[in-house]
Formats: sequence, C-alpha cells, structure tokens
Amino acid sequence: MTIEIPGSLFERVEARIKGTGFQSVSDYVVHILREKLANEGNEQPPSYTKEEEEKVKERLRALGYL
Amino acid sequence: MLPPHGGTLVDRVVAASRKEEALREAARLTQLTVSEDLAKDIENIALGAFSPLEGFLCRDEYQAVLRKKRLRNDLPWTIPIVLDASPQELNGTKEGDTVAITDAGKELVALLEVEEIFSYDKQEFAHEVFGTIDVAHPGVAKAFALKDLFVGGKISLVQQSTDEFQRFRLKPIETRVLFKEKGWRTIVGFQTRNIPHLGHEYVQKTALTFVDGLFINPVIGRKKTGDFKDEVILEAYEALIRNYYLKDRAVMAVLRTEMRYAGPREAIFHAIVRKNFGCTHFVVGRDHAGVGKYYAPYAAQEIFEEFPDLGIVPLFFKSFFYCRRCESVVNEKICPHDSTYRVDFSGTDLRERLSRGEPPPKEFLRPEVADVLLKWKDPFVE
Repeated sequence: MTIEIPGSLFERVEARIKGTGFQSVSDYVVHILREKLANEGNEQPPSYTKEEEEKVKERLRALGYL
Repeated sequence: MLPPHGGTLVDRVVAASRKEEALREAARLTQLTVSEDLAKDIENIALGAFSPLEGFLCRDEYQAVLRKKRLRNDLPWTIPIVLDASPQELNGTKEGDTVAITDAGKELVALLEVEEIFSYDKQEFAHEVFGTIDVAHPGVAKAFALKDLFVGGKISLVQQSTDEFQRFRLKPIETRVLFKEKGWRTIVGFQTRNIPHLGHEYVQKTALTFVDGLFINPVIGRKKTGDFKDEVILEAYEALIRNYYLKDRAVMAVLRTEMRYAGPREAIFHAIVRKNFGCTHFVVGRDHAGVGKYYAPYAAQEIFEEFPDLGIVPLFFKSFFYCRRCESVVNEKICPHDSTYRVDFSGTDLRERLSRGEPPPKEFLRPEVADVLLKWKDPFVE
C-alpha cells in the first residue's frame, strides 16, 4: 500500500528521525497515525445495562468493596 | 470511562438459561483436557480481561502477534494466547467442529468452536516471545514442552472456577463499576507478584499522588520456585492496605494468570489487561516480568515507545532503595548520597532473614507486613 505525502514533508520527516529509533519515514508516519487514531474517542459510555450495573454493585457491596 | 482494548468488553460466558443445554451438548463432544493455566486463560478471555480476544489465536493472528506484536487489525497485542494439543487428544477433530474443554478433574470448563488447527515452530515462538531459546528460561522451557498443534477458535465459558481467593476475584465489568462508584476518573494499575516492601509502597503512593485511585492487582497463578505463595502475598497486602492506605483510594483484586516471564512483551500485555479492568495508567518498574538476566533492566519500559496507540499511560519508575541519610525511600534520580547510605530491597536478604525467623528492618518492610510473613512456616513456592 502506498500513500503520497509532499516531498518537502518527506524531507522534514527524514531529517527529524535521524538518530532516533525510527528506521524509515514510513515507520514514523505509521507511529504518528496510530497515536492520532488512539487518542480519538477515548471517552465512551459504559457498555453494560443499568440492570447489570445493579447486580455488580450488589456483589461489590457483599464483598466489602463498596 | 476509558474504553476496553479494541473498544468492546468481551463477554463469552454462556447465559445461565443456556447452561443445561451446553452441558448436554458437551457430553456428546470430543473432550480436550487443559492445564490450570489454560483454564485461567479461558476465563480471562470469557470475562473480558483479554479483550478483544474471543478465543485462542488462529494461525494468521498468531503470526501477526509473534512477528509484529499486533493483531491483524493493528491493535497492540504481544503475548500469543494459544491452546496446544496433540493429534491424539484431538482424536480426529476437524475445523468447524466444537470440542468440550475440561479441567484436570474432567469438569467442563468451556466449549471451543474449532476454527483452525495448525502446526508451529517452537523455536520461533520462544525466540520471538522471550528473546532467547535458552531452556533455563522458564518461559522457553514451557514453550518447548508445548504439544505439537495449536487449536484456534472462539470459546464459550460454561462453568467458572472457584478457589480460596474468591473474595478477591473481580471481573473487568466489576472493577469498572467499582471505579465509577468511587468517583475515580483516573486509575493506576499496579501489577505485582511479590509481597509489598517499602519500595513498592513508595511507587504506589507516588503514582497515586497524580491519579484518583490505585488498583493493586497481584498475579495469582503458576510462579517459579522461591517466589512468595499467593496467599502470603494477599495477606501481606491486606495488612499494608488496612494500616497505610486510605480506603477510598486503593483497592485490591487478583489477576488469575500465569507469569510468563516474557519481560518487555509481558509488560505491554499486563498494561492491556489493566486497561480492560478500567485503568488509565499502569506502573512499569525495573525489569518488569523479567527473570534472571535475560532482559535489560529497563527494556520493559523502552518497548512502550513502539505502542503510541496502547490507550493506557505507562508510568515508569527507576529502581528504588532506602537512604539512611535521606531517611526515606528514594531512587537514583532524587537521592544525592553515595551507596554507603543505601539499603537495597534484596529478596535474597529477606528470604534469609525469614528463614531465621528474624524480622526484616523497618526500612524494608512495614512491621504489620513483617508479622504476616513471620507467621507463615514456609511462605515460598517450592
């Protein structure tokens, strides 16, 4: 898979990664994209129902956690 | 609340209303008996601790984890969760079949929908996961002792195990509700396989200074000879929490899984599991999940640079010690005094003192924790 980026940006990235652990411009771009995507939509509503939550709370109270 | 790894908390537990049917179905199926460690993996998958895994890895997924430290969908995942079996045990089982997984006592644990049966290279497995093929490494020894085939596929947990640690067993959904009820938005997870000395307390409280809550999560399961027994670790932590922690700021529950001693890869795996429990931060110390001298002291911290998309913040700590001049627990970043003032937290020294029935110095252990250890005739795994 190939993605195009401007030549000047490529050169800036190439200079940026000199002496770092990144082996190539591709490695760096992948790293940045993963970071960017991971930081989107971090906060989510819980995936359990109210009923499930109540049952869980009951157990937590019985065990002394609440 | 921070989403689980992959976005959804996996639930592969057979509903109570379907349990009888599953038991009847299992009686007609080929039975595959698994070790205690694998039975724990099955529970962790089913209860969501290993989200997004829904079963044991198939070949492509296995190879992606081994070679790229990621699942095929690019999600970080560093430890292959695999089910090994011999051709004899599989007894003609084909892909597409369902098998009944039983424990050593022949009790039904789960159903496995067999998606793929494949062979693998044990040497490659050991080299990629542990960074060595030296059989003196406990993980490598176990890898070479695995049976010749891996069986991949989704599992459905039929019966959950019970043990003496029941009151410390919380599922990821339970810790998530617990953290919410306590009003914690940021939670630091602390992995341990040791009794708590003052250095651990220092790390935990330093981390806790910056977040809302502390989740102490000892690993309960197969360990190596000389490690503290699980029950000793839990009792020691209870004593510490009761006497030195705010009830509304620290909780403890166990993680039932084996130690793999895979160092850096296992540090990432441990962080992912704590993310599934609802933690936002995770403590990584010196030689996390290491054994012997197989890994560089801070390799388990450096590996996090490869995973900007992990979704949990690692908190790195240098090794710590007690300084008689500072009169506190410190680390090399903050203590200007030379080594003559240092009291290192040496496990060997602690073992020797305990075997003589001698209490460890107060610079090493809280007296309440020392009392717990001295109470046990043999606190170590044999």
